[in-house]
Amino acid sequence: MASKRPKWEAWSPWIVLAVILLAWEAICRGFEISDFIFPAPTAIAQSLIQYAGPIAGHAMQTFWSTMAGFALGVVVGLLLGVIVGSSRLMYTALYPLMVGFNSIPKSAFVPVLVVWFGIGTVPAILTAFVICFFPITVNMATGLATIEPELEDVLRALGANRMDVLLKVGLPRSLPYFFGSLKVAITLAFVGSVVSETIAANDGIGYLMMSAGSQMRMPLVFAGLTVISVMAMAMYVVFAVLEKRMTGWATRGMDARA
Amino acid sequence: MPDAFVAVDHVDLAYDEASGNAVEDVSLSMREHEFIAIVGPSGCGKSTFMKLCSGLLPPSKGTVVVNGRPVSGPLKIVGMAFQNSTLLPWRTTLQNVLLPLEIVEPYRSSFKQKRAEYEARASALLKSVGLEGFEQKFPWELSGGMQQRTSICRALVHEPKLLLLDEPFAALDAFTREELWCVLRDLWALNRFTVALVTHDLREATFLADTVYVMSKRPGRILARREIDLPRPRELEVTYSDRFAEIVLELREHIGRIRKA
Repeated sequence: MASKRPKWEAWSPWIVLAVILLAWEAICRGFEISDFIFPAPTAIAQSLIQYAGPIAGHAMQTFWSTMAGFALGVVVGLLLGVIVGSSRLMYTALYPLMVGFNSIPKSAFVPVLVVWFGIGTVPAILTAFVICFFPITVNMATGLATIEPELEDVLRALGANRMDVLLKVGLPRSLPYFFGSLKVAITLAFVGSVVSETIAANDGIGYLMMSAGSQMRMPLVFAGLTVISVMAMAMYVVFAVLEKRMTGWATRGMDARA
Repeated sequence: MPDAFVAVDHVDLAYDEASGNAVEDVSLSMREHEFIAIVGPSGCGKSTFMKLCSGLLPPSKGTVVVNGRPVSGPLKIVGMAFQNSTLLPWRTTLQNVLLPLEIVEPYRSSFKQKRAEYEARASALLKSVGLEGFEQKFPWELSGGMQQRTSICRALVHEPKLLLLDEPFAALDAFTREELWCVLRDLWALNRFTVALVTHDLREATFLADTVYVMSKRPGRILARREIDLPRPRELEVTYSDRFAEIVLELREHIGRIRKA
């Protein structure tokens, strides 16, 4: 299979990106669109370089808020997932409530967090947390709830208790689901923290974009967007690599063909 | 029968009130080191019977006595294997076979100290079913027949007194299946455990078992008991003898009667 794959396939995302950027630049120049409305990629790049120092500071603020919220989300999501996934009663009791909670628009929740914790880092962390724990919980619960009944019989006939089944089978079996959900959760966590920063913060990329926007400095706004998406993609890659290393047995079909 | 190793006495089992009995008025007994087979149409409660013997389900009525004690919970002296091998894909073949030793006493508490000894035991078992050299392979690197051999090794590694097999060869091709019959026959001859084999395959039942029970469709009752008096050791050639064919035909007639009834 590998030999039939053209060599440039690995480069195709970069080619697509380059084509889009070129078309974007051409449209902005061709129609003489003002930077205040829709900045060209070169203008965005220029502003990225010009404000590299402040942008880096705000980016770090956003990054660490996101990671803190994400870490909280992983811990809580994991625990909830194990509870919901290993007990039918807990599933019935908690799942509808969690779905209801998850369907609240998180940006609408930020003002509440501001009242409780004031403006700044804490609401950003908490927004990242509440937006990212749900996919982790759902995935863990699914992984645990789909253990083959025969396998459970084999273990229970040997006198295994619930903890044994969970440790020997349930958790290892759920790992691919867990790592899969981390990739979704980390990008959601960035959304959460940035949304919170645009509403209520004096720091972070969200705040930077908000204040730049109010001064009509559109290239800087777009620079902020770029930085967020680069950070989120980088973290996505980190977790994709981690997933592959930890749970290679689950994707063996693809490895065998690659 | 006081000397019976397993005594099932007038047992009913209903999963819940609405669905009625899955098995009804089942009585049978197994001597120590006996090999019994249970045959019957789909959904006749054969698997339910296995759960009763292993202590996973309590009977709704009647008693199950194993090894002189009424069954009231998981027995720990049983090993089980199923149609799909249910091996854990993140463990190697050897680690899969070791799994019961990590759970059942007295192995559990000494597992860390005696790991080398247990690994040697698991390796020896794998070797005896022809899987030498595959210890470090993962289950998904093995063929279906090899996976099923591993699954049987896992069921036997803690030296259970009672081996419960639920259609273990049903998903295999005909040649592999016959090969595994012989593997099971040899393991059983060597290790002196008692076997209850649930199967759809009358030739399999006749070739392997001392006694074959025919069950009716749901609610499962035992319709017939047939001792297989073919001399042991049995070679595969015996399956082409007239005597063998007669027994299979006789069993087949019982199944046919269930269908019409």
